Amino acid sequence: MAWFKKKTDEKPKEKKKGIPKGLWVKCNGCEEIIYGKELELNNRVCPLCQYHFKLNVLERINLIIDENTFIEYDKNVKSDDPLSFKDLKRYEDRLKSAKEETGLEEALVSGEGKINGHDAVICVLTFDFMGGSMASVVGEKIFRAVDRAIKKRFPVIIVSASGGARMQEGILSLMQMAKTTAVLAKLGKEKLPYISILTDPTTGGVTASFASIGDVIISEPKALIGFTGARVIEQTIGQKLPEGFQRAEFLLEHGMIDMVVERKDMKKTVAQILDFFKNRQ
Amino acid sequence: MSSIPLAFENEIYILEKKLFELKKPDSGAKSLSEAKELEKKLEQIKGKVYASLTPWQRVQLARHPQRPYTLDYVKLIFDDFVELRGDRLFSEDQAIVAGLAKIDNKTIMLIGHQKGRGTKDNLVRNFGMPHPEGYRKARRLMKLAEKFGFPVVTLIDTPGAYPGIGAEERGQGEAIANNMEVMIGLQVPVICVVIGEGSSGGALAIGVGDKILMMENAIYSVISPEGCAAILWKDSSKVEDAAEALKLTAPDLLNFGIIDEIIPEPIGGAHRFKEDAARNLKNAILNNIKILQDIPVSRMLEIRFEKFKKMGRFIE
Ligand SMILES: [Zn+2]
Repeated sequence: MAWFKKKTDEKPKEKKKGIPKGLWVKCNGCEEIIYGKELELNNRVCPLCQYHFKLNVLERINLIIDENTFIEYDKNVKSDDPLSFKDLKRYEDRLKSAKEETGLEEALVSGEGKINGHDAVICVLTFDFMGGSMASVVGEKIFRAVDRAIKKRFPVIIVSASGGARMQEGILSLMQMAKTTAVLAKLGKEKLPYISILTDPTTGGVTASFASIGDVIISEPKALIGFTGARVIEQTIGQKLPEGFQRAEFLLEHGMIDMVVERKDMKKTVAQILDFFKNRQ
Repeated sequence: MSSIPLAFENEIYILEKKLFELKKPDSGAKSLSEAKELEKKLEQIKGKVYASLTPWQRVQLARHPQRPYTLDYVKLIFDDFVELRGDRLFSEDQAIVAGLAKIDNKTIMLIGHQKGRGTKDNLVRNFGMPHPEGYRKARRLMKLAEKFGFPVVTLIDTPGAYPGIGAEERGQGEAIANNMEVMIGLQVPVICVVIGEGSSGGALAIGVGDKILMMENAIYSVISPEGCAAILWKDSSKVEDAAEALKLTAPDLLNFGIIDEIIPEPIGGAHRFKEDAARNLKNAILNNIKILQDIPVSRMLEIRFEKFKKMGRFIE
């Protein structure tokens, strides 16, 4: 456990939404009952079937970034309600409850840190906060983080988990796809590497923008990755989808990603790749 | 051309028919004076209806089956056009048409979504919903345009990228993302015009450029009002509420700084007065090519980048 422990009196603020508490946990993969502690010690991967439970932002950063090296960026960039959007609930209220449930300000945390000694800028999206949807803030934080990476000559790692657009921000949400792609294109022109890590689930506008343009694209096992959600496809074509459709292994088979990497090997793999890029001209 | 009126167009159609009858040569002097009165009234009603269209009415206009599509504008605007086909990777996707076009004796690369008219045509055009191949054809031809220094003009009109098994297998997400990445750095002027329905990533995949324009009754949205209503209202009949909430009209987008210009449509809409709509579109394209051609490429790319950098609203 890591960076937030710098000050011992400071408790991690982030809460674990969607992660079952208690001593015993039922695995979503094999449906066996697992001892909670064993799951924690195993990076939240089922020891029986290797099912990868979702990680929250802190757990994800701790998994990849060296202890006590993470510095968070742009914590004070927060969501507005530019459309004054109201459906069954107000957008303002949805934001408020998402903040309360997760202890986070938005769906994306950005910053810099070391990965086995390699400097890197890292952005982590979490599905826990409004489905990891693309708010203006998500785009802006990625933009600024990548911009800093360009100035510092650091590589960029983005860990994706998203249901797609933040509908409550309308067209402004859609344009974050172009904005994030634009700044990553600039990173590329500066000959700085970008590693895209896909986790369960990565869909919609995130798949159709930054998640899909990594110099290297890595996925966690069995992560759901696609543009259109399975239900919409089934409704459109009127047939059941094949087993394993839109899973990481399916994308690997179809040439859409470079590798599927188990959680326990993720940090090692990212560091290994970064080491190759150190020798670039 | 006769067309089926939308609900809010009904009164106008009835009065127009009446006017037509009164104006017949054998209807006498009295009718002629009546016609004059009616004509005045009609203009007033039209002005009122079209000045106060609701977002949902605009959605209906944007999707009107008689609204000009890309190939209609090609006929009305360009002096010459040669269609170029195929992505050179997998297949030819007719939901996107592209080719070399001449406008006032200048060569440009024209790329646009193409919806079909009628069932048979729509099967060929897949209702204007591209597969990855369509986007990759567009990308290939943008690179071709860049090679020869031709400005790129895209016409956006799609309900979205196609949701299907093949589309996912062949990387719909990657195709869209890669197009945006290419377009942000394309070393020729890029003008994007939403002519009808600009829906989601499937629209944005040919929508990154120096100038983003919208026809007056076009819409541009992150999701269809139907999809939004079903997800957020949990009731797909709430389309009017969703259309209102999404702020998807041209004036809304101008207000958010997403588009640069609204291209006026004739009163009554582009679906009824194609030639007038096409003339306005042609002028807008020509004006913008002229503006962009005077800017050095490196500066143009900086301005393009800054344009997208600014998109979004947040608090700090
Ligand atoms: Zn298991």
